[in-house]
Amino acid sequence: MLGRSLREVSAALKQGQITPTELCQKCLSLIKKTKFLNAYITVSEEVALKQAEESEKRYKNGQSLGDLDGIPIAVKDNFSTSGIETTCASNMLKGYIPPYNATVVQKLLDQGALLMGKTNLDEFAMGSGSTDGVFGPVKNPWSYSKQYREKRKQNPHSENEDSDWLITGGSSGGSAAAVSAFTCYAALGSDTGGSTRNPAAHCGLVGFKPSYGLVSRHGLIPLVNSMDVPGILTRCVNDAAIVLGALAGPDPRDSTTVHEPISKPFMLPSLADVSKLCIGIPKEYLVPELSSEVQSLWSKAADLFESEGAKVIEVSLPHTSYSIVCYHVLCTSEVASNMARFDGLQYGHRCDIDVSTEAMYAATRREGFNDVVRGRILSGNFFLLKENYENYFVKAQKVRRLIANDFVNAFNSGVDVLLTPTTLSEAVPYLEFIKEDNRTRSAQDDIFTQAVNMAGLPAVSIPVALSNQGLPIGLQFIGRAFCDQQLLTVAKWFEKQVQFPVIQLQELMDDCSAVLENEKLASVSLKQ
Amino acid sequence: MAAPMLRWGCRGRRWAFARVDGGSCHRRGAPTGSTSNQIRGESSVAQQPLHTAQKTRKGEHKWAAVVGLEIHAQISSNSKLFSGSQVRFSAPPNSLVSFFDASLPGTLPVLNRRCVEAAVMTGLALNCHINKKSLFDRKHYFYADLPKQSQVIPKTVRIKQIQLEQDSGKSLHDNLRSQTLIDLNRAGVGLLEVVLEPDMSCGEEAATAVRELQLILQALGTSQANMAEGQLRVDANISVHHPGEPLGVRTEVKNLNSIRFLAKAIDYEIQRQINELENGGEILNETRSFHHKLGCTMSMRDKEGKQDYRFMPEPNLPPLVLYDATSLPAGADPQQVINIDQIRETLPELPSVTREKLVQQYGMLLEHSFTLLNEVGLLEFFQNVIKETRAEPKKVTSWVLNTFLGYLKQQNLAVSESPVTPSALAELLDLLDSRTISSSAAKQVFEELWKREGKTPGQIVSEKQLELMQDQGALEQLCHSVMEAHPQVVMDVKNRNPRAINKLIGLVRKATQSRADPVMIKEILEKKLSL
Repeated sequence: MLGRSLREVSAALKQGQITPTELCQKCLSLIKKTKFLNAYITVSEEVALKQAEESEKRYKNGQSLGDLDGIPIAVKDNFSTSGIETTCASNMLKGYIPPYNATVVQKLLDQGALLMGKTNLDEFAMGSGSTDGVFGPVKNPWSYSKQYREKRKQNPHSENEDSDWLITGGSSGGSAAAVSAFTCYAALGSDTGGSTRNPAAHCGLVGFKPSYGLVSRHGLIPLVNSMDVPGILTRCVNDAAIVLGALAGPDPRDSTTVHEPISKPFMLPSLADVSKLCIGIPKEYLVPELSSEVQSLWSKAADLFESEGAKVIEVSLPHTSYSIVCYHVLCTSEVASNMARFDGLQYGHRCDIDVSTEAMYAATRREGFNDVVRGRILSGNFFLLKENYENYFVKAQKVRRLIANDFVNAFNSGVDVLLTPTTLSEAVPYLEFIKEDNRTRSAQDDIFTQAVNMAGLPAVSIPVALSNQGLPIGLQFIGRAFCDQQLLTVAKWFEKQVQFPVIQLQELMDDCSAVLENEKLASVSLKQ
Repeated sequence: MAAPMLRWGCRGRRWAFARVDGGSCHRRGAPTGSTSNQIRGESSVAQQPLHTAQKTRKGEHKWAAVVGLEIHAQISSNSKLFSGSQVRFSAPPNSLVSFFDASLPGTLPVLNRRCVEAAVMTGLALNCHINKKSLFDRKHYFYADLPKQSQVIPKTVRIKQIQLEQDSGKSLHDNLRSQTLIDLNRAGVGLLEVVLEPDMSCGEEAATAVRELQLILQALGTSQANMAEGQLRVDANISVHHPGEPLGVRTEVKNLNSIRFLAKAIDYEIQRQINELENGGEILNETRSFHHKLGCTMSMRDKEGKQDYRFMPEPNLPPLVLYDATSLPAGADPQQVINIDQIRETLPELPSVTREKLVQQYGMLLEHSFTLLNEVGLLEFFQNVIKETRAEPKKVTSWVLNTFLGYLKQQNLAVSESPVTPSALAELLDLLDSRTISSSAAKQVFEELWKREGKTPGQIVSEKQLELMQDQGALEQLCHSVMEAHPQVVMDVKNRNPRAINKLIGLVRKATQSRADPVMIKEILEKKLSL
């Protein structure tokens, strides 16, 4: 039952094959078994069971709220959840219990979804590995999959396989791990430069970033206001569409949401024919760092479209190479501004120093933020200084416009959807990943994803195939602004063609006591 | 507060003050006690200020002061600029704080339509150019919250710009326990920031400008503009220089919570700068605070020097687009758009127009109309008297502005606290108009009315027997007796001493206890003396 898609389990609930409470308990039990993945920061067991109970009543009375009623979901720990601790994986917000729900959380709850817990991330979503949060790194469930382990056994060089676990990518790594390990059917991530799509690609999931303005940001603790969007992580495209249908729409609490009418429910037609489609392949995305495996899958995917009658053309997004540095300036500037609110006065961490207000601010922020956050605040404030503003911030804004225009030009030339890699390669082992610092990693890993955020476009990462190592590889589709439905329709067709394999975690389930011993995480109870 | 601030710009044009022509700016030891005195002083003794100025200290004439103002007016609105929290004065601390006001993470600003309309309306009333497209900016900072000879007042003070801002919370420092307490009730309340170009040159001019702005805001209803409640806050930028030379280093004086202190602080600061410079000192570009008990300005000693607010565009609010009748998109939802022309139609009468009407309708002097508007409630009082009395408007004006206002000032009362009602004054003026009583008797009646004994003017007149003597025979008899008792004065009259007749009239009036009409007395005396 846990391996099913959201749509399938929803049907099972409706047919009474399983009750919401049973489903909830199964998920809770799996969450406990997979605790070593460190996917969740907070497991909201009581809340979920209570919600399940209410859902069960509705089903009994034939008053189901729809496809999401009784469905276990997880939410990244940078969305405000009323009464549930929301930490952003930072000391600064440890113990912070918001008094309100983010709009997207509220909408899911209004549809009857069960909130299983809050998922792990890089501190304040700043990172691409889910390795830099105060609660420790998230482990990729694929590290323990049959597919990967079998390949490792064939490799004589592999040493200690249990310390060789892989990163999930990030920053929504907790959400990705939670969905990938079957502990829930969908999870909310956030996507500012690729934070939903990147871990989706590494964890073999669908990671969808909606158009900016389609889904409310109210209650999403901001990284970069002008680029943040709530992201959706699911095991298939249809599931992402169901969740999007629940979330999309204007919100009076977020003035940047658009008032366009959205067709609901958000049903995706099954595309039978792609011959009228034009797929654009941006030539600038063919970078030397791209792994040959990803490159080959990318080109195979293009061939697939072509062979099915679609028009596939090379397009140019000439300002792509400026994207990372431009993103760095804009991101850090907004970070500096957004993080200013954390002064230890109203909520969150406050230091013991009370010599002066200034000293209190300084110590609170030094203790509350990790080096990555402090580094971004420092550079952001530098870019915003009066003497630097024109040279950095304003210039970066102009470049941002050029990057956005690149996409507009590509779409105006007749392209319906762009096809690109999501990441340079498959997931790397943690020990490998931390050889480089957060900034270098973010710059490398966001290369294919963050330009989309600058332009506010919808994009989705779709798992395509397993690499030689048995690890998932994803490809990204980018659509026109507010053509999210069209984008997902194409993605759905593609998903059907590639038949990405299901993660085989049976071994993990059986083996987890061994894993536990090796990882010295004895606090986890597995006797369920 | 470490939260971002937002501002919205609307560049200003010129804002004409209907200031009394030829009025002079002058420095006095203490600023004029009240606005009404000030206006009267200028009209009746127009040369006095000049005179005062000439008596200023030697060397002082070479200095000119330059004063600009930055005024923050709290927008009169039920809720804050970017949140739904209520706005109310003197509510319990932190009782009017939404999640956004407390800058809980994840909250976003939502623009208050009323505040935008108030800003547009104020801009229209002040003849400002209204930007059709405005962007919001964030501002960052960390905080737990002339003496001159005789110069004609410039008739216009230019408005540099008006913009929308958020108010900050209040920090209360407890030095004893070295604690800072914070009240966020005020945080996020919409403010109109009006920047006046440095076109003023003394405290009185600045006070006049602020008072005029206050009247306009109150007439528009865009701000209650009550300085005592902090709804109108003024910072003054002040410098002195020698005319013809570059402007001097300026200081900013804050904490000006009444118009009187504003004038006083500016004049003090101008004098301080002159003294400093004449004694070989220098003026520091600093922020000073006015201490109203000591009557002086003091350096606030900014520790960090100049702040870099690191402005950046607010990403959470789309550009604010305002429409007019020609640009309004067809089929636009009226709830979603703001139409400048529609707001223009709802503009109420502005003080300058009210004054002009008073001058035309009642033939009063312009400065009288200023006084009527400047004193809270005085215009309404005046209009109520006019409504109920047959007396000439000029008579009413004179009684309201001289007698009535004089009594109020003497006892430091507001119009609303007056013991004399408009009806009582109207009745009194009717008695005077019908020549039932003399004007001196009328003064007596007024004094009685002031005692709040609940009697009507008619009752007072009859109780005190203040009616004019109408009995011709009795009056003639009295005149006769007086003439007999003062033969020397009679001789003087006959010797053509013009003042002597007045003395006789006075003596007769005294004998009647001022109840006789002096005109009548004069007629009788002239007949008897065969003049």
